[in-house]
Amino acid sequence: MPGPIVLLRRRVPAPVWLLLPAALVLVPLFGYPMYQLGLLSVLDFGQPQASGGVPATLAGLANYTQLLGDRQFWDVLLQTLVFAGGCVLATLAVGGALAVLLTRAGRRSRLFLMFAALGAWAAPAMTGSTVWMFLLDTNSGLVNEILGTTGHNWMYDKWPAFVIVGAVVVWHSFPFVMITLYAGIQAIPVSVLEAAKLDGASAFATARLVLLPMLRPLLVIVVIQSVIWDFKVFTQIYVMTTGGGIAGQNLVLNVYAYQQAFASSDYSLGAAIGVLMTLILLAVTALYIRALRRSGEEL
Amino acid sequence: MKLSRSVSRPLRRAALVALSGIVLAACAPGTASTTGTADKGSGTLKVWLYDEANRAPKEKVVAAAVADFKAAHPGSDVQVGYIPTDAGPRAEKMKGAFNDPASAPDVVEFGNTDLFGYVAAGGLADLTADLSGWAEGKDLPQDLRDTATVDGKAYGLPWWIAVRSLYYRTDVFTELGLTPPTSYDGLLDAAKKVRAGKPDLLGIAVGGKYTFGALPFVWANGGDLAAQQNGVYAATVNAAGAQAGVKAYTDLFADGICPAQRCADLTGGKTVEAFASGTAGMAILPNSSRSAVDAGAVKGKYAVVPLPGVAAGSIAPAFSGGNDLGIMKSSQHRSLAVDFLTTLGGKKHQLALFDAMGTLPTLASARAEVSARDPWLKPFTDTIAAGTKFVPKHPGWAKIDAQAVVPTMLQKVITGKADVGAATAEAATAMNAALGAK
Repeated sequence: MPGPIVLLRRRVPAPVWLLLPAALVLVPLFGYPMYQLGLLSVLDFGQPQASGGVPATLAGLANYTQLLGDRQFWDVLLQTLVFAGGCVLATLAVGGALAVLLTRAGRRSRLFLMFAALGAWAAPAMTGSTVWMFLLDTNSGLVNEILGTTGHNWMYDKWPAFVIVGAVVVWHSFPFVMITLYAGIQAIPVSVLEAAKLDGASAFATARLVLLPMLRPLLVIVVIQSVIWDFKVFTQIYVMTTGGGIAGQNLVLNVYAYQQAFASSDYSLGAAIGVLMTLILLAVTALYIRALRRSGEEL
Repeated sequence: MKLSRSVSRPLRRAALVALSGIVLAACAPGTASTTGTADKGSGTLKVWLYDEANRAPKEKVVAAAVADFKAAHPGSDVQVGYIPTDAGPRAEKMKGAFNDPASAPDVVEFGNTDLFGYVAAGGLADLTADLSGWAEGKDLPQDLRDTATVDGKAYGLPWWIAVRSLYYRTDVFTELGLTPPTSYDGLLDAAKKVRAGKPDLLGIAVGGKYTFGALPFVWANGGDLAAQQNGVYAATVNAAGAQAGVKAYTDLFADGICPAQRCADLTGGKTVEAFASGTAGMAILPNSSRSAVDAGAVKGKYAVVPLPGVAAGSIAPAFSGGNDLGIMKSSQHRSLAVDFLTTLGGKKHQLALFDAMGTLPTLASARAEVSARDPWLKPFTDTIAAGTKFVPKHPGWAKIDAQAVVPTMLQKVITGKADVGAATAEAATAMNAALGAK
C-alpha cells in the first residue's frame, strides 16, 4: 500500500464514517431479524403463543438439544452438504465450460447460447421444477414415453432423485456463473494473452497460469454465491419430490425446517434450524475466505 | 478487515453501545393482540369457505343461504371468500387470520381434523350455548358432535361428512368374472386377478401418502394410531393390531397389484385421478369424489361397496371425514355470525349442498332423506352405520399431519427401507413427541 493513505488513516478514522450509511441500512435489515430469530430459538413459541394469548416461556437451549439429538437432523444435514457440494461443483463446471465456449463461439451461436441460458435463468424455480416434474412423471411423462419405460419412477431411489433435482438446480443457476465468468474473461486484456502466447505457453498453461489467477476474484464471488444458493435450495426439492421424497429420503435442511417447524407451527424449532443454517453458512464462507487468504489472495 | 483495525478503541466502544441499545429496544416476538369478541348488530359479515374443485355449484348454494340470511337481517351484508384447500396454503391462511384479527373473517369452514389445532391456537369461539339453543341442533348425532368438541365445549358445527368406500369397475369385474370383495382376502385376490387379467390396470389404486386410505386397514385389524388414557394420548401405532393393519395395507403395493414404483408416492387425490381416468380396477374413495369420477373415463362403468374388513361380510371402520363451520374468536358480529352459521349449516342448505356436491348431510333427518332418495349412497351410509373412527382429538395431530409421520411410515415399509416393526416404532416415537408436547 502506498504511504499517503496510511498517513490519512492514522489521522482521521474516516472509514468508520464512510461505513456508517451502510451500517444504518444493514443493522436494521439484517441484525434485527437475526436477533428475533435468535430470540425465538430459545423460546417455546408455537401457534398458541402467537395468537392464543398463551405466554411464551423461555426454553433455553431445549430446541437446540432436541435438534442435535435427532438422528434425522444429522442425516438431513449430511445429505444437504453432499447435495449442495455436488450442485456447486456441477454449476461451476458447466458455467465455466460454457463461458469458455462463449468466447470461442461465433456471433450467432453465442447469441443463441446466451438466450438459452438466460431463458433457464429467467424461469422461476417453481415453473421450472413443475415442468421437469411433468416431463419425468411416472405414468404419463414424456421422458418415460420416449425411453419406453412407462411406470418407472425417477424419484423412487434416493440418489437418482437427488441427481435429477440437482440437474434442475444447476440448470437454473449455471447462467449466472457463465455470464459472470464470460464477462471476466472478456475483461482480460488481449495483450496479456498475446504475451503468454509469445512466451510459448500452451492453451492449458495459459488457462492455468494466466486466466485462472486473473479470474480469481470473480471465482470467489461465484463460489460463495453458489454455496449459499445451493445450501438453501427449497423450491426444486419441495416441488419435484413432493415435499421431501418417498419416506422423506430427499429432505434438505430448508425443506426439513419447513416440514418440522413452520408447517406444524413450531416456530421456535424452525428458528433454531435457521440459526444453525446461518452459522454453518458463515463457517463455510469463513473457512473458504481464510483458505484464500492463506494462499496469498487479498480480498 | 484492515479498516476496522484502524478504528480507535473509544469509538468502537461507542458504536457497540449504540448497537446494543438498538437491539435491546427491540422486544419479544410479535404476538397477536387478543381482541375479544364483540357483537355488533349490523355490518358486513366475512365468511371463508373452502375453494373446492367444482366451486360453481357450491357458490350457488352459498348464494341462496346468503339471500335467506339477508332477508332475515336487513342492513347486513355477507362477503364470501374462498380459501385454498391444500394443507399448506390453507394453514398459512388460517394462521394469518389468527395472527391478525383485524383481517380475519367471522365465519370459517375447516376440515374436522384441523379443529384441535385451531382451538389450541385460540382462534375459534366457543359455540356450546349457541348450538344447544338451536332448534335444528337436536338433529345432530352425538358422534359427529364429538368430533367438534374439545374439553366439553363445542367449537364447530359439522357441516357435511365424507366417508370412504370401495369403488370398483363393473365392466372389468364382469369381464373377468369377479364379484365385489367382502373380506380383506377377497380384496387382495380380486386386485391380483384384475392386474393379471388386465396388465394395464392397477389392481387397486392405493397410495403411500394416502393416510385416510390406510387407516381403515389399521382399524379393521383392531389397531389405532393412538389411545387416550386419563386424558393423555399415547401412540399405539406399534401395537400388534396396528402393525397387522399396516402390513395389510402395504401388502397391496406388490408388483401384482399396485407396484411400489408407481404407487409409493401417490396421494389420495392421485388415486382419484387414477380411478377416474380408467387406470385402476378399484380405489378407496369418498362419496365426495363422485363428481370427479363421473367427469372421467369411467362414468357409468363403476359401482361402490363398503370397504371390507378382515372377516367375511364385515365392514372396515372408515375415517369420518368432513368439514365444520366455526366462528372466529375475534369476530365483531357474534350473533349475526351464529345466525349465518345456522342458516348455512341448517337442513335446507345441507340438502342443497348434497344436490350440488354429493357431500353427505350431518343432520340425521337430512341424511335419511337423501339416502332414501339416492340408492347410490347406500354403501356409504352402511359404512357410517357400521361405525366410523377419527384421528386423535389433539392439537398435536396437526403436527403429525404436517410432519408426514403416517406417510413416512407407510413409505418406509412399501419401499423396503424398514420392516413393519421398525417403521411403526419410529412413527410411534414421532407421534408421542407431537402428542406429548403442544
